[in-house]
Amino acid sequence: MELSDHLFRREAGRMIAALTRIFGVHNLGLAEDVVQEAFCRAAEVWKFRGVPDNPSAWLMATAKNCALDALRRQRTARSYAPELGRYLESEWTRASIIEEQFGANAIRDDLLRMMFSCCHPRLAEEAQVALILHILCGFSVGEIAGAFVSSRAAIEKRITRAKAVLAQSKKLFDVAAAAEVAARLPAVQRALYLLFNEGYHGACAETAIRAELCREAMRLTAELLAHPLGRTPASYALAALMALDAARLQARADEAGALLSLIDQDRTQWDQELIGEGLKLLELSAAGADLTAYHVEAAIAAQHARAASVEETDWATIVELYETLSAIRPSPIVALNRAIAIGQRDGPERGLDAIAAIDGADRLAAYPFYPAARGEMELARGEKDAAAEHFRAALALARNPSERRFLQRRVEACASSLGEREKSRG
Amino acid sequence: MSEFTFLFRGRDYFASPEQRQKHTEKWVAWFKALGDKGHIKDMGRPLEAAGKVVRGDKGNVQDGPYAEAKDLIGGYTLIEAANLDEAVELSKGCPIFDVGGAVEVRPVQALNVQYQELKA
Repeated sequence: MELSDHLFRREAGRMIAALTRIFGVHNLGLAEDVVQEAFCRAAEVWKFRGVPDNPSAWLMATAKNCALDALRRQRTARSYAPELGRYLESEWTRASIIEEQFGANAIRDDLLRMMFSCCHPRLAEEAQVALILHILCGFSVGEIAGAFVSSRAAIEKRITRAKAVLAQSKKLFDVAAAAEVAARLPAVQRALYLLFNEGYHGACAETAIRAELCREAMRLTAELLAHPLGRTPASYALAALMALDAARLQARADEAGALLSLIDQDRTQWDQELIGEGLKLLELSAAGADLTAYHVEAAIAAQHARAASVEETDWATIVELYETLSAIRPSPIVALNRAIAIGQRDGPERGLDAIAAIDGADRLAAYPFYPAARGEMELARGEKDAAAEHFRAALALARNPSERRFLQRRVEACASSLGEREKSRG
Repeated sequence: MSEFTFLFRGRDYFASPEQRQKHTEKWVAWFKALGDKGHIKDMGRPLEAAGKVVRGDKGNVQDGPYAEAKDLIGGYTLIEAANLDEAVELSKGCPIFDVGGAVEVRPVQALNVQYQELKA
């Protein structure tokens, strides 16, 4: 028996969610220790005996025993979860309560409870995302720092602070209260969206790590959809968006790890299964009257996913969708994407006009794909020198080797008599 | 063929479940490879970290062993190899080295022939 990929990571989130329910959110540290111990004990045996047939069940059983030991060691069970404390103090009821908390349905609720708890309104969005990654996805501080291209110390501080806020809340979020769930659901969706985007567009150079962030975001979104109160049209739209984008993840870099633009991607590498799933989720999201930004972004991703080539892409519809998105959630990046789509629909001159008209373009000053978009359009209308200048400016802003290689190639493409793409297409 | 014990010294610590999983997988693969080549006589068992140490003629009982983490014996395995050199060679792929641990390779003393005859 082999361990499935990232099993420990997944189980860590489940165990910590169940244990925090038992020990109380203010004893998060104890829950973390118990998880460590459970992993350690299980892994010790597996090293010698091999992986058992059902490693998840084994881990959960070990965690239950470790939890019981921890409760016996500390005889102040009343200070644990307020609603369970009474049962945890008695040796008679303790085991059955723990058994109950580790039941499949209870763990699913616990996971959701934790997800909602992490999106506490007193926490900044980036702190929510870091906390989710740390607690529910088992990322160490170092791994988060790597994924966010941030310093260890900064992430450490962010997580410690976030945990303190969580601990002060005394009680985990109540996922049975429909009104409260509905009120916090947008924050949870937003955090998962940001987590996915960090993986998809983020600055981290390692493709594998970015793919993991996307995968974790998709896993937690699926957990959200598994719960009746989390299963809203917006959640479906979010899941659709993730699936449709993730379908292109493999094709976004060449063998050397350089970024490939939508135009240069080998569309046969797109994951058709994920695209099919995304389109199905998008259909499910169409219920109700709410049109969220997730709906529109998913619809744009679906347009790309359906098109066999750049030429066959329905750019007119995409321009319209970006306009809808601008109305729901205006941002210079959305405006830039609209301008690029206009360039494809009406030609590079119109695209350049649209770029020039972007509101709040100063906020794009550090974004490499802002000058790069200008470069593409200049190149498309044969202004090689102007294009090269824009690509050089973009290159200076590149955030990782993958972007650097991509932009370097665009600079070189301007120098050749024909654009690199035109040449390779022959 | 002679018998040897591998005493695994050192306890591991991992900052993340992912790292622990990767490490555990390495151990499983290493043990399996040893077994497939017919070197494992007895897989042995992991040992709990905590226990008691009984010492002296008065039988003093102490909590422990409080060896440093890197010296603590975490488990043992009985293996078969042609000689000590081969046994040492076999130990070399052990994943415990990745976490700063050590493998102590100790020949199991062979019972001498006379003793075996006496017993019979």
